[in-house]
Amino acid sequence: MTAKQIHEMGVAELAAAIRHKQTSSVEAAQALLARAKQHENLGAYLAFNEDATLAQARAADARVAAGERSPLLGVPIAHKDIFVTQDFPTTAGSKMLAGYQSPFDATVVAKLAGAGTVTLGKLNCDEFAMGGSNENSAYAVAHNPWDTSRVPGGSSGGSAVAVAARLAPAVTGTDTGGSIRQPASFCNVTGIKPTYGRCSRYGMVAFASSLDQAGPMARSAADCATLLTAMAGPDIDRDSTSLDRPAEDYTAWLGKPREGASAAQPLKGLRIGLPKEFFGEGCAPDVIAAVRTALAEYEKLGATLVDISLPRTELSIPVYYIIAPAEASSNLSRFDGVKFGHRAVQYDDLVDMYQKTRSEGFGPEVQRRIMIGTYVLSHGYYDAYYLKAQQIRRLIAQDFQQAFTQCDVIAGPVAPTVAWKIGEKGDDPVANYLADIFTLPGSLAGLPGMSVPAGFGAGGLPVGLQLLGNYFREGELLQAAHAFQLATDWHTKSPEGF
Amino acid sequence: MSLTLNDIGRIAKLARLELSGPQSERMLGQLNGFFDIVEQMNAVDTTGVEPLAHPTAVIGEVALRLRPDVVSEPNNREANQKSAPAVERGLFLVPKVIE
Repeated sequence: MTAKQIHEMGVAELAAAIRHKQTSSVEAAQALLARAKQHENLGAYLAFNEDATLAQARAADARVAAGERSPLLGVPIAHKDIFVTQDFPTTAGSKMLAGYQSPFDATVVAKLAGAGTVTLGKLNCDEFAMGGSNENSAYAVAHNPWDTSRVPGGSSGGSAVAVAARLAPAVTGTDTGGSIRQPASFCNVTGIKPTYGRCSRYGMVAFASSLDQAGPMARSAADCATLLTAMAGPDIDRDSTSLDRPAEDYTAWLGKPREGASAAQPLKGLRIGLPKEFFGEGCAPDVIAAVRTALAEYEKLGATLVDISLPRTELSIPVYYIIAPAEASSNLSRFDGVKFGHRAVQYDDLVDMYQKTRSEGFGPEVQRRIMIGTYVLSHGYYDAYYLKAQQIRRLIAQDFQQAFTQCDVIAGPVAPTVAWKIGEKGDDPVANYLADIFTLPGSLAGLPGMSVPAGFGAGGLPVGLQLLGNYFREGELLQAAHAFQLATDWHTKSPEGF
Repeated sequence: MSLTLNDIGRIAKLARLELSGPQSERMLGQLNGFFDIVEQMNAVDTTGVEPLAHPTAVIGEVALRLRPDVVSEPNNREANQKSAPAVERGLFLVPKVIE
């Protein structure tokens, strides 16, 4: 054992400890599983399979013993329960998929396993990744470890809780409208959603196929870079929207010298655009204050701040909540009680079986989105809603291209407030949708985005700084986040008792 | 424009969802609340704007890929049917459709 306990180590540290035989993958996995079970009341995990975890860990230890060297070898991580896994059940947080056993692993899961990670279990999330508080999970309430009466954010809520409470050094998440960035912000975690199409969607339970994207969440930008390097890359035969661009080494970007930069000013020349729409009265003062302080730090690091405008920010809410439910209603039509998942026990005929199965299996928010999506795609309404939303989607994406002529990176808050109380927004869909305002524009445009711990707001709750880059500029985002984390220690803070 | 209970019934039928009376009432209120915020889309002039389906198409053409029409997966029927609600002799069972 090393002086530092296993749960206190990030990815790089733990991989080094395993590599140098100060600990083993098996020992690390056992310690983290015990810790996860000790904190079961946080609602982070939905499933374990200790035998499978330890078998993977023994295999990783054998690879270490055979002399293999890789930055993730033997490191235990956990996957959002939206990725299908052969060794663990996959529910997508829905009763519809209770007990579902996938015959294959998602590409992202397989790629990480190939790089040597060990799976601790499956993480809680909003049902079919629909939600921003994890309250839509059919299985368990997830609690924010910074204040357990508050939500951890969502939909990758369990993922954020696991990292924040030191139950896992890193995890996977998915981001359709902000589902990596917002829970990362609420829980003081670093997370990155890459460019749409950068990570394969194969084996990710589909929500909105033109928006869904996988990404890592961890305790630092450097650890995120290591994971993303392993996760991303083309998957041409299995995901028709996977980008046909070679994989990249994101860790190489972290310390890459910028032209004109110095040790004191590593980000010299970086132009950071601040959309005025992100800093208005729609954002809580405590959040703006933390973000402004972080931006002042960026100036010290050599970056310059530029005022920009994303004039259609507010429109991104209706546009997203037309497009995403439309795609969801189509994707979720596969759940009919025939080939997999829940089937109602009693029914009169085939149609009745479909209806009862779906009404029993889907929770209220999923049913609402299916209703919205079905309506906007129905005859006579398609042009007015779905097509119109797709047209505005182009205008929103063009606004970003306009903005990127004035800056390299866009920065602002991730969410208008810190984490809210469990139950506070109740069953009011519009109240929940409005809270997504700052993450939706980047999602609609398919741009890479991060949440970087930036300090604390009201009640000592974490605030994330959102960084958005142009297409394929994940490396530059990670570099900007890494430089900030070398100069600050917000990302190292853990909640009291964890 | 506001949806009515009739509309909710029609949409639920299309979506193959069964909503009780109180559920339909609740759904009606929530959907109308949502479509209130959708109204602002009407004010946007989108004349001649091409709908955007694949986000990166905004910076360059995204070609839809087609794979060769050949068998690429092995037969994995047992594993694939493992989570099916009702299977017999390798077939998915559904209620009788034709009398």
